[in-house]
Amino acid sequence: MELKSTDTGTSIFRTVDWITLILYLLLVTMGAVSIYAASYDFDNASLFDFNEFSGKQFLWIGLALVIGLVIFLLDYRLYEAYAYPIYAIVILVLIATIFLAPDIKGSRSWLQFGPVSLQPAEFGKFATALALAKLFDSYNFSLNEKMSNYARALTIIFLPIMLILLQKETGSALVYLSLVFVLYREGMPGIILCSILCAVTYFVVAVKYTTPLILGIPCGEFSIFVIILLLYALMILFFCKEAVLGRNIILGFLGSGIIVAVLSFLGVAINGRIFFLSILGVAIIYTVIAMPKHRPGRFGITIAAALVSVSFLFSVNYVFGNILQPHQQTRIKVSLGIEDDIRGAGYNVNQSKIAIGSGGLTGKGFLNGTQTKLKYVPEQHTDFIYCTIGEEEGFVGSAAVLLLFLALILRLIKLAERQRTAFGRVYGYCVVSYLIFHLAINIGMVIGLCPVIGIPLPFFSYGGSSLWGFTILLFIMLKIDASRRE
Amino acid sequence: MRKDYNLEKRKYIIGGFICVLVVIYLVRLFNLQLGDSTYKDSADSNAFLRKIIYPARGLVYDRNDRLVIFNQPAYDVMLIPRDVGEFDTLALCKVLGIDKARLEELWAEMKDPRKNPGYSSYRAQKLLSHLSQEEYGRLQEKLYLFPGFFIQKRTIRQYNYHAGANVLGNIREVSAEDVEKDRYYRSGDYTGDLGIEKSYEKALRGVKGMEIMMKDAHGRIQGKYENGIHDVSPEAGKNLKLSLDMELQQYGETLMRGKIGAIVCIEPATGEILALVTSPNYDPTLLIGKDRGKNYAELVKNPYMPLFDRALQAAYPPGSTFKPTQGLIFLQEGIIDNSTAYPCHRGYVNGLRVGCHGHGSPITLKPALQTSCNAYFCWGLKNMLDRQGTTPSAQLTKWKDYMVSMGYGYKLGVDLPHESRGFIPNADFYNSSFRGKDWSANSIISISIGQGEVLATPLQIANLGATIANRGFFYTPHVVKEISDSTIDKRFKVKHAPRIKKEYYETVAEGMRMAVLGGTCKGANLVDIEVAGKTGTAQNPHGRDHSVFMGFAPYKDPKIAVCVYVENAGFGATFGVPIGALMIEKYLKGEVSAGRKGAEQHMIHSNTIANSGVKKH
Repeated sequence: MELKSTDTGTSIFRTVDWITLILYLLLVTMGAVSIYAASYDFDNASLFDFNEFSGKQFLWIGLALVIGLVIFLLDYRLYEAYAYPIYAIVILVLIATIFLAPDIKGSRSWLQFGPVSLQPAEFGKFATALALAKLFDSYNFSLNEKMSNYARALTIIFLPIMLILLQKETGSALVYLSLVFVLYREGMPGIILCSILCAVTYFVVAVKYTTPLILGIPCGEFSIFVIILLLYALMILFFCKEAVLGRNIILGFLGSGIIVAVLSFLGVAINGRIFFLSILGVAIIYTVIAMPKHRPGRFGITIAAALVSVSFLFSVNYVFGNILQPHQQTRIKVSLGIEDDIRGAGYNVNQSKIAIGSGGLTGKGFLNGTQTKLKYVPEQHTDFIYCTIGEEEGFVGSAAVLLLFLALILRLIKLAERQRTAFGRVYGYCVVSYLIFHLAINIGMVIGLCPVIGIPLPFFSYGGSSLWGFTILLFIMLKIDASRRE
Repeated sequence: MRKDYNLEKRKYIIGGFICVLVVIYLVRLFNLQLGDSTYKDSADSNAFLRKIIYPARGLVYDRNDRLVIFNQPAYDVMLIPRDVGEFDTLALCKVLGIDKARLEELWAEMKDPRKNPGYSSYRAQKLLSHLSQEEYGRLQEKLYLFPGFFIQKRTIRQYNYHAGANVLGNIREVSAEDVEKDRYYRSGDYTGDLGIEKSYEKALRGVKGMEIMMKDAHGRIQGKYENGIHDVSPEAGKNLKLSLDMELQQYGETLMRGKIGAIVCIEPATGEILALVTSPNYDPTLLIGKDRGKNYAELVKNPYMPLFDRALQAAYPPGSTFKPTQGLIFLQEGIIDNSTAYPCHRGYVNGLRVGCHGHGSPITLKPALQTSCNAYFCWGLKNMLDRQGTTPSAQLTKWKDYMVSMGYGYKLGVDLPHESRGFIPNADFYNSSFRGKDWSANSIISISIGQGEVLATPLQIANLGATIANRGFFYTPHVVKEISDSTIDKRFKVKHAPRIKKEYYETVAEGMRMAVLGGTCKGANLVDIEVAGKTGTAQNPHGRDHSVFMGFAPYKDPKIAVCVYVENAGFGATFGVPIGALMIEKYLKGEVSAGRKGAEQHMIHSNTIANSGVKKH
């Protein structure tokens, strides 16, 4: 235990978590290389021309490392002590941004300082994380103790969301919703998290995947039915802890599934909706008959979850298909990036899938990608940077990037859990939540699984704001972790 | 602590969630990159040629459904530099009918980043444009000899009339700026330049289509990809129907030969422009095809500025055609009534002198319009500005508001690019031009007779004619009457009425009718058409006075309002009136009567440029 560790920069490198630091450096380096590749011009190339994207990005990286070092040198207690003031300042800057920022493609989220422009929303992330951590660290604070504690936490989360929505940066605002993971970790009932995730998944899948038809119903709806059945079986198995009942239900589902598959293969027309509803109905009746009568609680929840899911699915379909006007449907589809318009959002995703798909196992080689270079893929150095990796480094490269992110997130979970204070733990989970959201949405969008929501891939996408924002987030966590034994 | 331990287990759920997500994404990546080969195929840009199919640009008709602009096929030689293999340059030169030096020159131009900023060795580049039909045939036959080359079919414009270039405009290749501004364009596309081709570009251009062709390793086209299911068919541009009468337009241009100036004819009831003549002008066919660049440069260099549309862009002193507006304002403001008489002793004499010519004195409004008395309107303005209980500055502001409501001082909003707003001074203008010193009615008296600071475009003057013809309202003048499958802008259907009573317009119209029957406009007194008009003889610093006419006909049920403006041609009666009368007669009768052929020939053959008194252009 060294007293010196907070006062000088020399000993931080003995206590810092090297695994996280190395993962960070690896990701940033790969990001720089990808931006160089994405903005590489076949006809006139120069590496250190600062007017080029890559040249500028090297400058941003250099500055990011300086910022990181400064964070290391500051006393870790500062972050805790000044959590609320920092949050307040950032909120004020976010308000000012609404009025000061120039209108760029409809959004007012960039503050310009001469040649440099910054996006305050990126810096709101660490400030919100600090404030939330500070709240949970208050003496005797427990989320479930009273409802007002939820209200306080949600206020901290929703204030930046509202302000960023006013800047018309929907993507950046949605990121803050990921902090629901933090609330979950700190005691929010799991059923809420589960419901939120299911509702979002059902909605997007049901609206997005309307063709082809399987058993006479859209494949999206088909998949949701399968998920509902699967969840039902899993809940019987693990939530209600009834192994025999669960096994029988799974066998029943599988058996009837095989029969239906064979029948439809033989040309018998079967309506998928009736099929799923009837086997779910049979499963519920069977559960009610066979379940242990002395503890009905969890079975009730399980059955209710299944019924709520089915009715949610039907109401999404009904509301979307019957109540909304066609132009409203289109607007939602376009904002979800679903509308299959080769000149609009659909074009981007289609081109990015083509670019990634053309990479094959090992890719076309560094700087040899044609799809990304020829500007078929828009925003290739920002939101769609993952395309360049997919095309030039192939499955090997893109899978490696995914796994590096996974490693970083898992490592950060470990770091968060080993903190002695709620402050460190909650802050750590905030970092984890942001990273999960960015990774899930950005890569999901590029490979065509998620709606097109314009948010950057951390450490990879071009731009100083995003890089600095994530660097600050991560380095504060590293500093807190390095000082945890004091 | 037990509770904490339970919560700590949730790290497995969160960690598990991200693990499952990464696994799903890995499976998806595996499918995209290793499973399905369709993406790989579509990405292989070697195997594909995305050929843009250009839509037919909209046709243009005149108000009598006579075809004015149509399309003609043209062919461009395109190539993808990276795909160009070894080929026989001499054979290519022979097919294209050029020599080797020219081919090298074209090649260098294509690669020159200044001339072709969008150059990339991976994308289609244009080597040569506007092949003739035979050259196209020859090249198409031999195309297999030249890997990486292909032919892009385009359409260029062709004109049925050698008139109206200022209204019709033309098309040109897009600039780097255009591409930056509108993502629809690709380098090498065409866009409207000047005239309706520019202002109705979005309607005329249609929507591009795309055809995806497959190529073999030698760059030869193997047919459509997946039988063309990914092709997008182009959407043809919309046809326009002009309000212009092309026969009248052509006739006006003939009358204006050898003269500098403009003619504007408007249908008062609708605001539709019947003719919009500027002179000197040019043949629209000069700006099509291979020689466009050369011809355009010559037009720019021409000292008489044929590209300058005087009908819309020239801000002239309106001269005496301005007097009706003054009469209207004075009547509405109660400065005068029909019987108010002002003295004129060969001019306005009141500390300074504005000259006039011989006629009776004192004089009332209608005869003042008939004889174009300067003194009358000077007295009127003086009495308005020096009105008791207010200031000249406040009165001038009122005056300016009337002028603006009559369509002066601001752009009228015609559907053509580059309209000028003219100039109507306000109180601030005089405060600063007199540097804060007091100014009085006398200091600015000449604006009452359309001299001094006021400036107007021939379009604005013609619009005044239309407003008086309508006895008090006008529609924003426009040249496009209909758009196929669409409607013209709603703003052309909005009635604008200056805040002046209808009866005052009637009075002014009577004065203008008197000018034709026995005043300055006698030359427009036609046998079977009742014309009303006002001459103008506008002094200017360049040389002889400008000759101006503003009028409308028939007097009772007006079908046409006219403004004629001939630079440096002397009295309004010498050129303005006869040309205006001929335009009216031609439009209303279709033909100029035998008795007036002499006047017609005289106008066609007069040249006012030669003795304009203007030293240098």
